Amino acid sequence: MKTVLKYLKAYYGRMGLGLSIKIIGTVAELMLPYILSHILANVMGKSASDIVLWGCLMIGCSAIACIFNVKANRMAAKVSRDFAESMRKDLFAKTLKLSAAQTDKFTIPSLESRITTDSYHVYSFINMMQRMGVRAPIMLVGGITITLFMDAYLSLVMIAIIPFLFGIVLFIRKKGVGLYTKVQKSVDGMVRVVREDSQGIRVIKALSKTDYEKRRYDDVNRELVKNETRAGIIMGTVNPIMTMLMNMGCVAVVALSASRVANHQSHPETVIAFMQYFTHISMSLMAVTRIFVMYTKCSASAKRISEVLLTEEDISVMPKSDYPDIFSSNHIVFDKVCFSYNGKRDNAHDISFALKKGEKLGIIGATGSGKSTLIKLLMRFYDVDRGAIYINGEDVRTIEKDRFYKMFGSALQQDFLYSDSIEENIRFGRDIPAERIVESAKIAQAHDFISDFADGYDHELTPHGTNISGGQKQRVLISRAVASNPDILVLDDSCSALDYKTDAALRHALDSAMSNTTVITVAQRVSTVKDCSLILVIDDGKIIGSGTHEELLVSCLQYREISESQMGGAFVE
Amino acid sequence: MNKKNDTFKRKRDNKGIFLRLCKYVFGYWYLFVPAIVMTLLSNQLSLLGPKYSGEAIDAIANKDGVQFDIVWKSVTYMIVCYIASALLSYVLAVIMLKISQKIVYKMRKQVFEKLTSLPVGYFDTHATGDIISHISYDIDTINSTLSHDLVQVMTSLYTVIGSLVFMWNISKPLILVFAITVPAAVLFTRYRSKKVRPLFSKRSRKLGELNGYAEEMLTGCRTIQAYEREGEISNRFNKRNSDAMDAYYNADFYGVTMGPSVGFINNLSISLVMILGGIFYLYSQNGTVASTSVFFITLGGVAQFVQYSRKFAGPINEFANILNEFQSAFSAAERVFAIIDEKPEPEDKPDAKELENPEGEVCFDNVSFGYVKDKTVLHGISLVAQPGKTIAVVGPTGGGKTTVISLLMRFYDIDSGRITVDGVGIDDIKRASLRKGYTMVLQDTWLFKGTIFDNIAYGKEGATLEEVKKVAKAARIDAYIESLPDGYDTVLTDDGINISKGQRQLITIARAMLSDSEMLILDEATSNVDSRTEIKIQQAMAELMEGRTCFVIAHRLSTVQNADCILVIQNGRITESGNHEELMKKGGFYSTLYNSQFS
Repeated sequence: MKTVLKYLKAYYGRMGLGLSIKIIGTVAELMLPYILSHILANVMGKSASDIVLWGCLMIGCSAIACIFNVKANRMAAKVSRDFAESMRKDLFAKTLKLSAAQTDKFTIPSLESRITTDSYHVYSFINMMQRMGVRAPIMLVGGITITLFMDAYLSLVMIAIIPFLFGIVLFIRKKGVGLYTKVQKSVDGMVRVVREDSQGIRVIKALSKTDYEKRRYDDVNRELVKNETRAGIIMGTVNPIMTMLMNMGCVAVVALSASRVANHQSHPETVIAFMQYFTHISMSLMAVTRIFVMYTKCSASAKRISEVLLTEEDISVMPKSDYPDIFSSNHIVFDKVCFSYNGKRDNAHDISFALKKGEKLGIIGATGSGKSTLIKLLMRFYDVDRGAIYINGEDVRTIEKDRFYKMFGSALQQDFLYSDSIEENIRFGRDIPAERIVESAKIAQAHDFISDFADGYDHELTPHGTNISGGQKQRVLISRAVASNPDILVLDDSCSALDYKTDAALRHALDSAMSNTTVITVAQRVSTVKDCSLILVIDDGKIIGSGTHEELLVSCLQYREISESQMGGAFVE
Repeated sequence: MNKKNDTFKRKRDNKGIFLRLCKYVFGYWYLFVPAIVMTLLSNQLSLLGPKYSGEAIDAIANKDGVQFDIVWKSVTYMIVCYIASALLSYVLAVIMLKISQKIVYKMRKQVFEKLTSLPVGYFDTHATGDIISHISYDIDTINSTLSHDLVQVMTSLYTVIGSLVFMWNISKPLILVFAITVPAAVLFTRYRSKKVRPLFSKRSRKLGELNGYAEEMLTGCRTIQAYEREGEISNRFNKRNSDAMDAYYNADFYGVTMGPSVGFINNLSISLVMILGGIFYLYSQNGTVASTSVFFITLGGVAQFVQYSRKFAGPINEFANILNEFQSAFSAAERVFAIIDEKPEPEDKPDAKELENPEGEVCFDNVSFGYVKDKTVLHGISLVAQPGKTIAVVGPTGGGKTTVISLLMRFYDIDSGRITVDGVGIDDIKRASLRKGYTMVLQDTWLFKGTIFDNIAYGKEGATLEEVKKVAKAARIDAYIESLPDGYDTVLTDDGINISKGQRQLITIARAMLSDSEMLILDEATSNVDSRTEIKIQQAMAELMEGRTCFVIAHRLSTVQNADCILVIQNGRITESGNHEELMKKGGFYSTLYNSQFS
C-alpha cells in the first residue's frame, strides 16, 4: 500500500483543497438537523417571519452543501483520475522492463490483471474514500466529543467499545487481505484460460476439445466463486458485528444510567440526548465499515501492484571495473561462454568465436541444440554464467541499455506483430522515414506483397498478424529488423517459412544493401547459411564444427549429414 | 474540456438490459424472496431497539424514582433484538452474496461457452485483452452492484413507502410539498442519466481497449526489449490509459452531481415542510384553522412529519448516489450481453449424422468462399481425394492454401459449391464428429500452461504416460523432455522462453500423433524443425500418413514430390494439378519452383 500511496503524494495539495471544500459542504449539511431542532424547540408558534427566515437559512445551507459537494466530488474524481493514470503508467513501463525470468515468475495473465483490474480497485478506493471518507469521520469524532461533554462517565462506555472495534477491524483486515489476494489470484487463473483459449481456438476446435475446455474453465470459475464467497463472508461479518457492538454499548448506557439517575448523578434528559447521538455515531460507523471493506480489497490489489513496482531489475548495467574492456579488432567476441537455464545442465558450453565487422555468421544445428540460446546471451536476455561476450571490445554487461539495443536489428522466434498498419509494424515506434520503410521492405522481399494490398503499407494487421501468412509475417519482421540499418542484424530462424527463391533473393539483397552490417543467421537450412563467412554447427550446447561451408563439408560429419539430407529436398512454398 | 463531442452515439436499451438482469436475479427467487423478507425483518428488529430503549428511558425518567424492573426488562429485550437483528443481517449478507455469486458464475459460464461456440474468425478480429475484459472487469462490475446495491434499493423502497403512509396520516397538505419536489428529483435524475449513460458505456469500452493493448504488448515484451522500445510503447499505452481515465473522469464529472443534487432537492423539501408546517401550526394554535381542517397540525405533528420526511428522503438520496453504480453496471451488462448474443457457428442440422470410421474420401465440388462478403478468396475449387491418398497443396503465400484447410475443418461455411466426406455433404455431418475425423498439425504451435505430459495428452482423452512417451519418441522430442529436471512434469510457461519454436512444434506433432483420426492435415507442420530431425520423424510421419487421406501444405519438396496429387493454388484458383511427373512435364509454376532450387 505504501508504494502505491506514494503516487498520491503529488496530489496532496489538490486533495487537501478538495477535502476542505468537502468538509464545508458536509458541515453545512450537518447543520440542517440542528437548525431543525432549533426551530422546533424555540421558533415554532411565535412568528411566521421567523419561521420563514430560519427556513430560508436551511435552504441556504442545503444549497451550499450541494454546490460544495459537487465541486469536491469533481475534484476527487480528477485527483483519482490523475493518480490512477500515473500509477498505471509506471506499472506498465515497469512490466515491460521485466526480464524473461521475471515475467515467467509473475506470468502474463497475472501481470495483465495487475495492470487492469487491480489498478481499477485501487482507483475506486481512492475515489470513494475522498467522497465518502469525510462525512463519517466528522460525525464520528464530533459525536464522540459532544457525548464526552454531556456525560463523561457514560461516554466512557462508548470509548471502552472502541478497542474491541479496532481489534475486530484489524483481525478481519488481516484475514481479508489474504482472502482478496486469493481472489485476485483466481482471477489470474481465469484470465489465463480465456487468454489461452482465444489464442488456441483452432486447435481446440480441431481436436473437438470445447467440452474439455468448458470443464477446465468451469474449474477456474468455481475456484473464483469459492474464493470470492469466502472473502465476502468474512467481510460480511464486519457490519453486523460492528453494529451489534455499538448497540450493546447503547444497552450498557441505558442500564448504567438507570442507577446513575437513581443516585442523582445524571438526568433523564441527558440520557435521551445521549441516545440520539449514539444513533448518529453508529450510523457513521456503518459508513466507515463500508470504506473499510473497500480498503481491504484495495490493499490486496495494492500489494500485487507494489510487487511488480518493487521488482529489482535483474539485468542491470555493471561497472567497467568489474568487467574490463579488451583490445580487439573484432566486432563480436564470444570468449569461453557457458550458460545454463536451470543451473543444472549447460545449455551453452565453452562457446568461443570472433566476428569482424560486416562478417556473416551462420548458426546451424538440430532443434533444441542451443542455437537460440547464443542469441539470447548476445542480446543479453540472460547473463552468461562463465566467460564473456564482447562487442567492439566492451563486455556486453557494461553497455548502457539504450546504446546497446540500438546496435541491434533482430527478428526473433517470438514473432511479434500487433494490430496496426504494416508500416507501423515495421517502424515499431522508431524515428524512421517512410522511404526507409519501403527500402527495408524491399530488402526483406516484402515490398511486392505489401504493394498488392489495396491500401499498401497502410494495410491494417489483426492482433498477432493473423491476417497474413507465415511467410509474409517473417518478411515484415525482417523489414523491421533491417529498417534502422543496425550494426548487428540477428535473424533467429526467421526465414523458415520463406520459399527457396525468396530466401535466396533476401540473402542477395542483404549482402548488397547491408555490407557493413554484421549478420547473424540462425537457420535449419544449409542453403540459408552456406554463403556465410563463418558457420557454427551446434549440438547439445557445444560447437562441434566451425568454418565455411566447404570446410565443414569436409571437417564436420554432422554438417555433411544435414547438408545431404537437404539435397534435392529443397523448399517450395 | 469538451463535454459534448465525446458522447457515444449508440442508443442503449436500458429497460431491456434491466429486465434481463432481473431475470437472472429472479432465477434465484428461492433465495431472493427470503432475502427480502429478512431485510424487512431485520429492519423491523432494529426499529424495535429504539422503542424498548424509549420505554427504558421512560422508566428511568419516572417521577417516583427509577423503575428498575421495567428497565431491566427493556434492556433484556433490547439485547435480544439487537443480537437477532445482527444475526439476521449477517445471514442476509451471506444470502445476497450467494445470489450474486451464482449469477456471476452463470454469466461467466455463459460468456465462455458462447466464446467456444463462436466461429474462429471472431478471435482473429477481437483483441484477446478485450475479450478478457468482458469476462473479468465487466462481470465484476455487475457483481458488485448486485451484491451491494440491490438490497439497499429493496430496503429503501420499504422505508419510502412506510414513511409516506405515516406522513399521509399526519398532514395531507404538507405532502403536497413532495408532490412537487419528488417529480423534480425524478425528472432531474432521468435527465442526468440520459447524459451520463453514454459516458459510462464509453468508460467500459475504453477499459476494454486498454486491456486489449496491454495484453498485446505484453505478449511482445521480449521483442520490445530487443528493440529498446519500452519507452515508446509505454507512451502509446499511456495514451490509451489517458483516454480510459478521461472516460472515467467524464462519467464521474456528471455522475457525481447526482447525489448532492438530489440531496439538495430533498433538503429543500424538508425546509419547505418546516416553513409551511410552522405556519400551519401558528394558525392552528391561534385558532384560525379549525381542529377539523386538513390544515390543522400540532407541534408534535410537525416534529413527527419532519422526522418521517427525513426518513423518506434518506433512501432517495442513497438511491441517487448509487445510481452511478447502476449506470456502470448497465454498461458492463450491455457488453456482456453483446457477447452472449453474438452469433455462434450455425447449429448442426437436426438430422446431421455422426461421421463414424470414415473411408476418407474428400471432395470439393466447385467451392467458392470469401471471409468477407463480396471478397471471394477461393474461386470454384474442385478436387477429389481418394481414401488413403496424399494431396499436397502448393502455391505462393497468401494464395489461399490455409483457407482450403479451414474449409475442410468447417471453421467457415462455404458460399457456394459442396464439400463431401465419403459422399456426405459436410453440412450434413455433426461438426464435432467431422473435426474429430481429422488430425491437424498447424504451423502455429499452441501450447497451454500445464505440464508437457498434459500438453501432449491433450490429443487423446485418458492417454497414459506410456502412450505419451511413445509418440514423443516418434516425434523425436522424448530425449529432450527426459533431459529436463522434471521430465514430462515440466510446466510450460507463457513465454515458453526456455523451449524453442522447433521444440514446441515437435510437441504439437506428438500431440497430433496421439489423436488417432482417419484423415490428416499437415499445415507446414515441420517448418520450424531442422531437416535432420525431420527426416528422423519422417518415418513416424509416414506411419501416421499410411492408409489415411492426407492434406499437406509443405514447403519441402521431398514431402510434396511423393504426393499422389499436387495442387497449385494461385490467387484462389487451382492453376495446376497432377502428380510430380505430370506437373514437371507441364512446365508451369510448379516446375519453375522446382527448378529454382538448382539455379
